[in-house]
Amino acid sequence: MNLRKNVATSESGFIFNPSTGDSFSANPLAAEILIQLKQGISHSEIKKTILNKYEVDFSQLERDWDDFLLQLRDANLLDT
Amino acid sequence: MSDELKKLVVAVTGLNAIDSPGPGVAVIRALRDGFSQNIRIIGLSYETLEPGIYLHDIVDKTYQIPYPAAGAEALISRLKYIHEKENIAVIIPNFDAELYNFIKLAPTLRSIGIETFLPSFEQFDARDKINLYHFGKKYDLLVPKDKIIYQVNELHACAEELGYPLVVKGKFYDAIIAYTLEQAQKAFYKLSAKWGFPIIVQQFITGTEINIAVLGDGKGNAVSVVPMRKLYITDKGKAWAGITLEDDTLIELAQTFVKSTHWKGGCELEIMRTADGKPFIMEVNPRFPAWIYLTAAAGQNQPAALVKMALGENIEPYSEYEVGKIFIRYSWDHITDVSEFQKISAFGEL
Repeated sequence: MNLRKNVATSESGFIFNPSTGDSFSANPLAAEILIQLKQGISHSEIKKTILNKYEVDFSQLERDWDDFLLQLRDANLLDT
Repeated sequence: MSDELKKLVVAVTGLNAIDSPGPGVAVIRALRDGFSQNIRIIGLSYETLEPGIYLHDIVDKTYQIPYPAAGAEALISRLKYIHEKENIAVIIPNFDAELYNFIKLAPTLRSIGIETFLPSFEQFDARDKINLYHFGKKYDLLVPKDKIIYQVNELHACAEELGYPLVVKGKFYDAIIAYTLEQAQKAFYKLSAKWGFPIIVQQFITGTEINIAVLGDGKGNAVSVVPMRKLYITDKGKAWAGITLEDDTLIELAQTFVKSTHWKGGCELEIMRTADGKPFIMEVNPRFPAWIYLTAAAGQNQPAALVKMALGENIEPYSEYEVGKIFIRYSWDHITDVSEFQKISAFGEL
């Protein structure tokens, strides 16, 4: 599941979907993830980086990751 | 010949930049962007308090014209008078209600040297909200189901077929969402008293409101298509803020519309995009919308392109526009003097 190609993201966490006109604010970690998704970095690579950088266990990360993807899907930001 | 006389003279209606604004001021703004100093704008007004009349950096001179109900003869008589003084090259009418007369007068206007760029009567009538359902069927476009009724007792059958909620619409303007038969009856009486018959009862479609500004060349080509999502909607349903979108399905929809109808001139497609992504055409407005300046700001100056086509230029269809361009409308208390009001009131010119 990839981020739609035309979705604009910024380091400040602002997300703009030009297909719908919707915009969102992401927290710093979500912004970091989105930028990496935009760069085409694989989900497993991003998760590895998070595990190394933050104090979070693998199962918690998996749950949060799934929840994050659901939010992105609800916001129409993922490729169908 | 002075520079003033060499300028391209374009006459524009719809100077009522109020809470439910006419498109005139936005059209003029786009024309001034497109033609810079080489244009003289003649405002054509109906009422003495249309704000555009008093905005002298927008409108060079305004003349009052007769209301559409006065008929085509009264209009052409007044336009001939104005033309003698101003040597108008192109007229851009911006109200639905006046278009009938302008379309009728287009050949006469051309014979005296005034160009227009308007749809035909057939095109104008086909997209009328009374004919919208058949229009959609004919051209294979998604439109909501509707029923055209003249009597209140027809509402029950409409509800059986369309279900609740349903939308009760006036012949010209206004729409009321009804959740019960009683509400539908109340809406029927209210709208028929205000706008006459028939009443349109329409399937309720919910989703995201998107408008598309379209310019057709009359040969089946969409010269410009700019979709905009309403970000802020007033209690009158007007966009007070909006943003340009990137969406190929909307562009293709507009291109299909123009190709099918050979639409000539500007128009606005009002779209409701459902949660599953289906774009329903809710209305087709046969003239530029009040937010038309956004097309110029985004890189496709539709009013300027229309004037060029009216003057016989061949315009290649635009292919790009800036996505994410936002307009935010604002109110401004313009100050003028009673002498100005007196001039337009007494002489019909300012």
